Amino acid sequence: MIATEIETYQDQHAAFQTGSSPDWLVALRQRGLDAFTRLGLPTRKLEDWRFTNVSSLTKTAYDAGTNGLTAGDTASSEAIAEASDLLQQASLDEDYHRLVFINGRYNEKLSQIHDVNSGVVIDTLANALSNRPGEVQQQLESELDFNDSAFAALNTAFVGDGAIIDVPEGVTLDRPVHLVFLSTGSGRTLSNPRNLIRIGKGGKANVIESFMGHGDSYFTNAITQVTLADSAELDHHKLQHEQVGALHISTTGVDQKASSRFRSHYFSFGASIARNELDCLLDGENIETTLNGLYMPTGDQLMDCRTRIDHAMPHCNSYELYKGILDDKAKGVFNGKIFVREDAQKTDAKQSNQALLLSDDAVVNTKPQLEIYADDVRCTHGATIGELEEDALYYLRARGVPADLARQILIFAFANDVVQGVELPAVRRHLESVLLDGHDLSEDIL
Amino acid sequence: MLEIKNLHARAEDNEILKGVNLQVRPGEIHAIMGPNGSGKSTLSHIIAGREDYEVTEGEILYNGKDLLDMDIEERAAEGVFLAFQYPVEIAGVSNKYFLRTAMNSVRKYHDEAPIKRKEFLALLKENLEKLGMDKVMMDRSVNEDFSGGEKKRNEILQMAMLQPTLAVLDETDSGLDIDALKIVADGVNALRSPERATIVVTHYQRLLDYIVPDHVHVLAGGKIVRSGDKSLAFELEEKGYGFLQEEAVAT
Amino acid sequence: MTSENAMLEEFAQREYEHGFVTEIESDAIEPGLSEDVVRLISSKKNEPEWLLEWRLKAYRHWLTMEEPEWHNVKYPKIDHQASVYYSAPKKKPKLNSLDEVDPILLETYEKLGIPLHEQKVLANVAVDAVFDSVSIATTYRETLEKHGVIFLPFSEAVQEYPELVKKYLGSVIPTSDNYYAALNSAVFSDGSFCFIPKGVRCPMELSTYFRINAENTGQFERTLIVAEEGAYVSYLEGCTAPKRDEHQLHAAVVELVALDDAEIKYSTVQNWYPGDSEGKGGIYNFVTKRGACRGENSKISWTQVETGSAITWKYPSVILQGDNSVGEFYSVAVTANHQQADTGTKMIHIGKNTKSTIISKGISAGVGQNSYRGEVKMMKGATNGRNFSQCDSLLIGDRCGAHTFPYIEVRNTTAKVEHEASTSKVGEDQIYYLRQRGLSTEDAVNMIVNGFCKEVYDVLPMEFALEARKLLNVSLEGSVG
Repeated sequence: MIATEIETYQDQHAAFQTGSSPDWLVALRQRGLDAFTRLGLPTRKLEDWRFTNVSSLTKTAYDAGTNGLTAGDTASSEAIAEASDLLQQASLDEDYHRLVFINGRYNEKLSQIHDVNSGVVIDTLANALSNRPGEVQQQLESELDFNDSAFAALNTAFVGDGAIIDVPEGVTLDRPVHLVFLSTGSGRTLSNPRNLIRIGKGGKANVIESFMGHGDSYFTNAITQVTLADSAELDHHKLQHEQVGALHISTTGVDQKASSRFRSHYFSFGASIARNELDCLLDGENIETTLNGLYMPTGDQLMDCRTRIDHAMPHCNSYELYKGILDDKAKGVFNGKIFVREDAQKTDAKQSNQALLLSDDAVVNTKPQLEIYADDVRCTHGATIGELEEDALYYLRARGVPADLARQILIFAFANDVVQGVELPAVRRHLESVLLDGHDLSEDIL
Repeated sequence: MLEIKNLHARAEDNEILKGVNLQVRPGEIHAIMGPNGSGKSTLSHIIAGREDYEVTEGEILYNGKDLLDMDIEERAAEGVFLAFQYPVEIAGVSNKYFLRTAMNSVRKYHDEAPIKRKEFLALLKENLEKLGMDKVMMDRSVNEDFSGGEKKRNEILQMAMLQPTLAVLDETDSGLDIDALKIVADGVNALRSPERATIVVTHYQRLLDYIVPDHVHVLAGGKIVRSGDKSLAFELEEKGYGFLQEEAVAT
Repeated sequence: MTSENAMLEEFAQREYEHGFVTEIESDAIEPGLSEDVVRLISSKKNEPEWLLEWRLKAYRHWLTMEEPEWHNVKYPKIDHQASVYYSAPKKKPKLNSLDEVDPILLETYEKLGIPLHEQKVLANVAVDAVFDSVSIATTYRETLEKHGVIFLPFSEAVQEYPELVKKYLGSVIPTSDNYYAALNSAVFSDGSFCFIPKGVRCPMELSTYFRINAENTGQFERTLIVAEEGAYVSYLEGCTAPKRDEHQLHAAVVELVALDDAEIKYSTVQNWYPGDSEGKGGIYNFVTKRGACRGENSKISWTQVETGSAITWKYPSVILQGDNSVGEFYSVAVTANHQQADTGTKMIHIGKNTKSTIISKGISAGVGQNSYRGEVKMMKGATNGRNFSQCDSLLIGDRCGAHTFPYIEVRNTTAKVEHEASTSKVGEDQIYYLRQRGLSTEDAVNMIVNGFCKEVYDVLPMEFALEARKLLNVSLEGSVG
């Protein structure tokens, strides 16, 4: 089964590679395909995939859309109509820069890039690859280890489009950049967007990635590579609203240098299986890394959050808060690891994972791990899984609030805690409305 | 208004109340005093309906109705208010929202329309001023990062907003300095009316200088061992609880 | 700073005081493992046919299994054919009379602080002394018999109470459970069997003292404790081995069964030879321990102080099957020099209102690597199940490691699992403060370390707590100065 499927990808890849690409890119894609062929799709025998079974969705191969990469204009008018429809739901703020990708390819018509400061680049990978490939070669080639990740290898095999955000030294990006990834049609479409974000020394930016789709059998396999130079700052938001039925795998690799600050805000609502991988390398002193996440699976959804924070150098702080609310037959996985290397003295790492189970058919698996090789460190992790706090419920009821409403309020408050960590008002408002949707809570709770 | 008859209650395997009798009429203020572990807090929580306790014998009538048969929120809606000794912190829920939701829940129970925003804010402002509280606190999460004194004031604020018929103050004086104590007492006294009653549960006589009780009861070993007027409180202050505990053992 | 470093350096060194060898002639079989060896062990013990079959089944299954690699410990592959699977002191002890036990053996145990003579026996502790592959003596047997308590070397229990053994053996840990459990099931030599009948509160502590003496010998003992309805027993396990340059394998299996209202308290002070400061020699301690709270309101409590062994790999677990049953795990694990430990527990909540508590204290010094690995599962029926876990690590020196790998799975909305972990080091300011009050640096470190472990010591039986404290201080001795 798997063999034939890999063969299908090999065939698609052969078609894909015929375009005119620089040699290094052809070679890179080939290495991606070779690694993917060697690794095969992950099975539950792998410790990292112990709780997440992707085999049911990946039994038949997806269509990587290999007929050239000239992007936007190839989208059919139906696809564009569908995409505009989705875009309305995804839309956050008209003032933001917006790059829209349909099935992994940039669509100029739906996008909107405002004027930017000199030196700032907001562009597409496809464009960069055809016009100035040298500028992206290094980042594409060096910073992602796909040798033990089949999905990263698959993305590399088909790498071709995505967003490029370059903020030069000392520049603060005036408006947030909103990347919107839309899947249209009802086929088994596979999109492999690759985003490259580079913030120069002392630069600052806000990036939001939204994922949405119409069909119920597509596969998004996205990778974002972030490089933060000394004292750079980035707030990175991911709003995962894929259609139920879809498979969503996304990987974010972050390479941080001294005194930089990275904040990740991850919100997972959609897809049948959603796996988010977040790898942060703290490669400099005085770095601050914050990872916040909220996952709310219902129905048969499975959401798997895997995070790695690698403290390689001394005097860095990391804070991690992941919360899950699980209903119906949903499954949730939190798999968070903190490494503290020998040199990483004076590390302060805090990790907290909390989950609420609203149904006896729901399952949550939590694996918070610490691997510590330095002695002068402060590392803590905590995991709590269970019901709402009884004391809080009692207190609300003692003030006359009926038990049902009290429960809804507390669930909302539990989730809202993560939402309030988002600083962009439009993003926060969007998330608040998602949380309130389907509840009897008045908006005053905000 | 409130009639407690031969109340026995336990938590897990410990029998805490062993036959409490108490009658509270409208307009009255009762003080319940007693040493630590005598069951004062248990009695307060049983009136509010906390589910950790099991009533094994006896009954509580509230305005003629069986109080023990009501849910926690039903009791609150019927006008029973407990000022908690340890107010609970609720992250992510603002005080303002909490108060308004509580008020509207009670209104809904009585088939009344929700309070208008403007009316609510005006009422809130008035009460905040009376209690010397900063309105910024209303946008903070319920009791989260409040000092001990702020939490107690917040309880009194809720009481002032909800206008209960029967207020039970569980050790509201603990951890308060003298200024805060006066403010809290003023809040309680302001609510005093012929239709309402208050039960003040306290370890010390100090609070009773400001909230003058009509009746004082001593709870020891799970029973009311002595009742009297406010002079009993002074007697206790002088002699301590020791002599009463001996009496309790003797009976 | 330099003085502190020097202190921490030395802290990592330590002396092992039970490293002597007893010169005694042994009846040992040739090294190597095969079906014939399994048959030979079984025949040496004059075992019934069913037990031989049971061993063979385990052996055949073991052949199909692979040595686990998921743990966080590193060691060269073990050559199971190089090991000796049976070794017994030649002079066959008469188990009913201690007077006939070889005096050299009695002397050995006396040296280890476990006198076996009737006059000198430990007050109120019944001891089963296991030397290499066989049990050489069991004290207080008659006293226990009066109460209906059966406390016997395993091989004798097989002869005297075959039905009981047959009923419970492998009922908690099946022969196919894991690689080392399967190996143990095939070749286990001796161990202890305890049976506490209905309603009996065992009048004294029961204890087994394991000693590895012979060279190149693996020790594979098997312990089975059954507490019937309403019974109570507190069981202690101790172990030591001589200093030898080669690694020796110790793969034990311990099974506990608690029926309704029964309680089993199992305490271990593990002090196998840890190897020298270069990491040469030492015991590979690969142990499977599991208890089944089969009955309602039953309770199983594991307490372990792990100071020895080159590698410790063990996860004493509890299956909380009966409603309202309680599982506990209290652990102190020390890794100094080149020691490695991957230890923790599993709490599997199946019944209603089941409760479990996990307190794990890991101490790493030198280049020691200490991992806590635990699993808490709340199954669908575990209504109101509760677990609280706390895993703290203390690091001494900057070349050691402390790791935490908890797995939590919850399938019931009313269940609640709380896990906390922290890592810290012995603080300079703490040492400074204590020294200012007159303590030596070494005493200061001991005091801090003992304070760190207090929650675990508090649940150990008193004599054991003292021994544990002493052992830990010895472990750290010379490592400070």
